[in-house]
Amino acid sequence: MAIEPSVHAHEEPRSFWRRYIFSTDHKVIGIQYFLTAMGMALVGGILAMLIRLQLGWPEAKWPLLAKLFPRGMSGGVMNPDFYLALITMHGTLMIFFVISLGLVSGFGNYLLPLQIGARDMAFPFLNMLSYWTVVPACAIMLASFFVEGGAAASGWTAYPPLSAVEQAVPGSGLGQTLWILGMALFIASFTMGGLNFVTTILNERTRGMSMMRLPLFIWTLLIASILGLLAFPPLTAAAILLLFDRHGGTSFFLPSGLYFGERVLPHSGGSPLLWQHLFWFLGHPEVYVLILPALGVALDLLPPFTRKPIFGYRLTVYSLFAIGVLSMIVWGHHMFVSGMNPYVGEFFAIGTLAITIPSAIIGFNLIASLWGARLQLRTPALFALGSIAFFGTGGLGGIFLGNATSDIQLHDTYFVVGHFHFMIGGVTLLALFGGTYYWFPKMFGRMMNERLGKIHFWLTFVAFYAVFLTQHFLGLGGMPRRYYAFSKFEFLAPIRDLNAFVSVAAFVLGVAQLIFLVNFFWSLFRGARAEENPWRATTLEWVAPTPPPHGNWGETLSEVHRWPYDYSVPGAPEDFTPQTVPPSVVEVTR
Amino acid sequence: MSEGRGMRRPFGIETQPPEVSWDARVWSDLGTPPSDDHHRGGGDGGPERRDRLPIPNAQLGLWIFLGTVTMLFAGFTSAYLVRQAGPDWQPLPRPPILWVNTSALLASSVLLEIGRRRPLALRRWVLGATLLGVLFLFGQLLAWRALRAQGIYLPTNPHSSFFYILTGVHGAHVVGGVIALLSVLALAWRDGSGERVLRRLALCAVYWHFVGGLWLYLLVVLFVA
Repeated sequence: MAIEPSVHAHEEPRSFWRRYIFSTDHKVIGIQYFLTAMGMALVGGILAMLIRLQLGWPEAKWPLLAKLFPRGMSGGVMNPDFYLALITMHGTLMIFFVISLGLVSGFGNYLLPLQIGARDMAFPFLNMLSYWTVVPACAIMLASFFVEGGAAASGWTAYPPLSAVEQAVPGSGLGQTLWILGMALFIASFTMGGLNFVTTILNERTRGMSMMRLPLFIWTLLIASILGLLAFPPLTAAAILLLFDRHGGTSFFLPSGLYFGERVLPHSGGSPLLWQHLFWFLGHPEVYVLILPALGVALDLLPPFTRKPIFGYRLTVYSLFAIGVLSMIVWGHHMFVSGMNPYVGEFFAIGTLAITIPSAIIGFNLIASLWGARLQLRTPALFALGSIAFFGTGGLGGIFLGNATSDIQLHDTYFVVGHFHFMIGGVTLLALFGGTYYWFPKMFGRMMNERLGKIHFWLTFVAFYAVFLTQHFLGLGGMPRRYYAFSKFEFLAPIRDLNAFVSVAAFVLGVAQLIFLVNFFWSLFRGARAEENPWRATTLEWVAPTPPPHGNWGETLSEVHRWPYDYSVPGAPEDFTPQTVPPSVVEVTR
Repeated sequence: MSEGRGMRRPFGIETQPPEVSWDARVWSDLGTPPSDDHHRGGGDGGPERRDRLPIPNAQLGLWIFLGTVTMLFAGFTSAYLVRQAGPDWQPLPRPPILWVNTSALLASSVLLEIGRRRPLALRRWVLGATLLGVLFLFGQLLAWRALRAQGIYLPTNPHSSFFYILTGVHGAHVVGGVIALLSVLALAWRDGSGERVLRRLALCAVYWHFVGGLWLYLLVVLFVA
């Protein structure tokens, strides 16, 4: 029986396949997720560049691109169907396959067991399965560009009837089916991952690691995982119904009287709004699934560079809970313009304004953590500070959008695009980068280049503001979302130059990411050797050897004696006191 | 690489917690839940690992999974309620065989519980429970056939669409349960009825009763509410 503790488990699997490909080691899986996300980010970024190329210069011809995309850019001019596919896939890839995979699954898998002092996740095999479920999902999503009709074109929200009627637009055919299939695999993978995260956090903590001694990143992972586990299944239900609308002739989301060509479709009685409700019941919690871990990274990156504890630990934890609960009941604010009953709209508006309170508390705690800091502006610190700035800017726009009265004016404009990108594009992206610069030494045993990192930060930061803050004003000026070109509208003539400016800034933003790629791969092989704890940080992962071996902790598990933010404790021999330092050496306050 | 090396800590402190080794939960996550350590009083963290729930990992994971399945059907239910208010809703005649199926599934749960309490005759009872589960699935197919014979197909009206889809998705979960029961049976045939079999069977039972309860709920949603 398997009661005997196995000695072999300590040994690393020897074969290449079991070690690096089909590995059950959380660190290998974390890096696999991270690299996958990086590849998908490259694709998603190229899509964004193409979108901006079209919006900046709608009439221009690009003969070179005609060779690369013979169908989408026939004659060098982008065709509208291709544009729709671009925005759909940009959204889908970035949200689910870059931020979710990189930030939640990538960092989550790598750091979770290390930061709580465990040897691995609670279910290592399930963990491997979850990664190898998402790989085909990525492949399917990418492959959908090359099928008949091209990739899905109904937006990352997949609203029917575009997503439900196969003949609606070219992308509504096989591309949409593949989109649903890819999402189904992604959801299956995320469910396995989330289940693993929650179980691991609750059950695998080392001795002394009470819940209130968890690093805040772990707290955000816990709340995000629970949110994902609750919110994804209803979307799965909706996607199953959508599949039957598409291929089984049912009418869940399709009303009667739809015409395509000369033909009346046989559907009747369905409601496209039903899809919207089910989608946003996922969609809203999903943005918190992404942004909470990003805030967690920012919260955990500050103390090592301010050399002081994080401000308001407990209040941050309570605020995370409040956000988690409230995020489940505010989805309707995505649908203010759907013609909902004004009283229902009021309910969702009040809920949304309520959620700004815990969000603002976290924002304040982030800023208050800077008070009296001995700030060391290393690259990770810059990115953490940048994500706070984005959180503030985006949050300010959110107040206008959460209120039905102003949202109805702004909803279908670029104001929403700007706001959304600050939150889910910006905060998360900067956290992802900041985390990479910060944990790279632990992952690979080398430091990333500081100078390149700083150039990367400032270019990203400034270009990001140039793109997305400007989009807020484009939106206030009335520029509608989702349009393929603005050249036909008289009233939009004055903002044409501004659009070109946004596009140029977007290209700068895109090129800046190449610096990151160069830095990443250069440092992987040529970076300066990292010490075990280069940032002089307190959390458990820095106590492990660099890079951590299979099983993380040698013969014995670490024991935790204090919370993770004991910086500059009066009377301590150093200005940081790792969580493992016993009370006999430095007094324990919490 | 650091086999046997004590952990170097900052401050030059070498702490010496009791000797621990960790069991492999690599090949089968369900095979060796850490509850072993927990009750054994040794192992990974052992009795001093006070910071955990009093539930073994496998059970906690299962409950979380059941939470997601619950949310899946909550999603279906809300779609059902909204769609039911539509103008073209026509109530479906209830296939009479559903009563037989329901009885089979409930009886199966009872057999499983009896089997868990009689380790010596475990295989017989669990086999009976599994066969009843298969019978349920077969009966559901017959229900589909009965409807088809009346000319009621998937797209005929929203109620029939929901009937086919909900029974289908539920059936898929029952198939999963049957596979789990078969794997326990295989283990029981090989290993007798040791602790490991009983532990896995306990997990299966939780899932199986959940699937049974879910079916009762769907019956109410589809034909009573």
